[in-house]
Amino acid sequence: MSETKAKTQGQVVQTTGHAWDGDLQEFNNPLPTWWLWAFYATVVFAVVYWIFYPAWPVGGTFTKGVMNTITFTDSDGSQKTTHWNTRSLLLKELQEGKHAARSREYTEKVAGASYQEILADPEMMEFTRSMAKGVFGDNCAACHGAGGTGVVGLFPNLADDAWLWGGSVEEIETTLREGRYGFMPAFKSALTDRQLDDVASYVLSLSGEAVDADAATRGEKIFQTSEGGCYYCHTSSGTGLKSQGAANLTDQIWTVADVSGAATPEDRKAAVKRVISNGVDRRMPAWSERLSDAQIKLLTVYVHELGGGQ
Amino acid sequence: MEADSEVLYQTRIPVYPRSVKGRFRNIKWAILVFAYSVYFLLPWLRWERQVGPDQAVLFDIADRKFYLFGLVAHAQDLFWLTGFLLVAALLLFFVTGIAGRVFCGYFCFQTLWTDLYMLIERRVQGDRVARIRLDKAPWSASKVLRKGLTHVLWLLAAFWTGLTFTLYWADAPQLIVKWFTGSAPFAAYATTLFLTATTYVMAGLAREQVCTYMCPYARFQSVMFDADTRIVAYDVARGEGAAGRHKVTRDLKQREQRRQQGVGDCIDCGYCVQVCPTGIDIRDGLQVQCISCALCIDACDNIMDSLGWGRGLIRYTSEKQARGEHSRIWKPRTIAYGLVLVAAIAGLVWSVSSQAPLELSVVQVRQPLFVRLSDGRVQNSYELHLENKTDEPMQLVVMMRGLPGAELDVGKLTSFELPPQRSLRVLARVRWDSTHKVKGSRSFEFDVIPQYRQELGMISAPATFYMPGSEH
Repeated sequence: MSETKAKTQGQVVQTTGHAWDGDLQEFNNPLPTWWLWAFYATVVFAVVYWIFYPAWPVGGTFTKGVMNTITFTDSDGSQKTTHWNTRSLLLKELQEGKHAARSREYTEKVAGASYQEILADPEMMEFTRSMAKGVFGDNCAACHGAGGTGVVGLFPNLADDAWLWGGSVEEIETTLREGRYGFMPAFKSALTDRQLDDVASYVLSLSGEAVDADAATRGEKIFQTSEGGCYYCHTSSGTGLKSQGAANLTDQIWTVADVSGAATPEDRKAAVKRVISNGVDRRMPAWSERLSDAQIKLLTVYVHELGGGQ
Repeated sequence: MEADSEVLYQTRIPVYPRSVKGRFRNIKWAILVFAYSVYFLLPWLRWERQVGPDQAVLFDIADRKFYLFGLVAHAQDLFWLTGFLLVAALLLFFVTGIAGRVFCGYFCFQTLWTDLYMLIERRVQGDRVARIRLDKAPWSASKVLRKGLTHVLWLLAAFWTGLTFTLYWADAPQLIVKWFTGSAPFAAYATTLFLTATTYVMAGLAREQVCTYMCPYARFQSVMFDADTRIVAYDVARGEGAAGRHKVTRDLKQREQRRQQGVGDCIDCGYCVQVCPTGIDIRDGLQVQCISCALCIDACDNIMDSLGWGRGLIRYTSEKQARGEHSRIWKPRTIAYGLVLVAAIAGLVWSVSSQAPLELSVVQVRQPLFVRLSDGRVQNSYELHLENKTDEPMQLVVMMRGLPGAELDVGKLTSFELPPQRSLRVLARVRWDSTHKVKGSRSFEFDVIPQYRQELGMISAPATFYMPGSEH
């Protein structure tokens, strides 16, 4: 570069050496040297990066990078080695990372302990709550909700103290492993509309709702005899057979009929009547094939703790 | 491209500080030895602990615990760091207001490490004149050897500085073995390498440029100066006299001769300029580059002693004192800084000394906020975060008060052990009768009672019970 100097404001400034129209010159203010070298360094870095990491698209594929592979355990248990990529890196971290190792250590501890030991150990309970929250979120929350409150009529609330199939850890584990089939026949063809009204009144009276006493008495007869046969599953006292998953009709919790959401006595009766008319057909799938024993154990303790268990 | 830098930047004028002996140099060496002893030896100091590492000072990032001798700072104590930094800043303001840039000249690590690097330089290449000659000499085997050895020693010092810093963050004896066997964490290598590089560049190559161009403290300390602040200053009246300074010549040998001709005491030997690590001439007055290292005082004192003319031609003084006025130390500014400083120290000391042995905080479960139970009661759930900050295990019982008739359920954890220096989260469920007329939120207290250790006392934390409105 040819250099001439121009004077401006008392300072000598380098110019590019060109002159247009006789005296029009261009100042040359180059980048600071360290800046320029930093730029060259980034260029060198990029070239090195291209060699070692996936970088350039070539037709339908891309350069994979050399001497830079990741070995991880695939989902089928086999060792797999691929070129460097963030997805495999994440898998490897999840399997071999420091936190993964800690988590595995605790999971094995919980898996090896009995329910009584886990429930009495604050540290294992803490781990279970934090670990199972994720498992619950991945597998259970879709129906039962993230907090386990379920949906009235569809999915039972796990955070209260009503347990259709039992609230002990053993019963919860069985529910998780084998799934449940909650069934109540539809009575709309077996009973008349009036009879359905009467049974609904009686059912509401069991939990202390104010209802027409005559209707309730008529309903009781249907409930407690083979005419309706309700007592087979709900028992003659109305507390429900756990083996059938029959709801306790004497408490304040309504898991199927949306009584809590109804504003007037008529609406509440209508809600109960709808359930008696249409029956119940609810299924919870079995999880023993889909989840590991340790995961089922974690979930069992977690669900047990949500509402306090039994 | 040489021409560019002339315009765009000040090219560094090489500074070849000459060695000097004297009072202030001795004080600086003493401070240097003390500071280096603390920095380089502290990670190796063992400290028996019942729980936790046996290292006196260890900052455990992974476990979020910071060990300082008998004190263990937990993550929630981090505001102590804020307090400490506040005290440090106020102390800097306070000292600078009274005595100028004492920190820069005596305590700053830039000054301390530059001193070490200059010492290495001097031992290998010789003093000022020898170094200038070596720099000007053409490259030869001897020059390569001397220059090379200097840089090797600098790098070694830088490396040990960087490595020592990393030792504060893990168990030192273990880490150093891992470091040299290639099994230390990446962060240890990265930190060591980074600090090696910065130490080498800052203390070896950049030196006074750090103080002049980079350091923000250097600049803002200047605004704390006033006419009473101690500064290193040249006594112009004595040094220059009426006719200015002059070298010692045959006619100007005796003090009386000089006095008669109006020549000042400064013999213009240039020693004060030669010893200056920032390459300035103190006789030009107070300058932003001056780090108050006081080496020019030592230099001038040596000359004055040899002439027998009395020390103090360059000395610690203040603007007022130099003008012959009375100079105060306790002016409103210093008193104000002093009071705030004392308050900050008192606050920090109080906070550290009253560290709670047991921490409790309550987080309400919000999903769901409440649940209706089969007997008509309402249940709220809470997660209790507990932290045992002592070295002994605690046997704890959770209780509650403030909700008449409410039931507390912690499952089987009615009494549980919290290991020393550990934290724990416990789920507690509270059930309360909805027939109470109170709807909405109601405050109550969780009490955690340590058993068998009466001296700890009960610890409480507030919580809120949410009672939904009537459904009918």
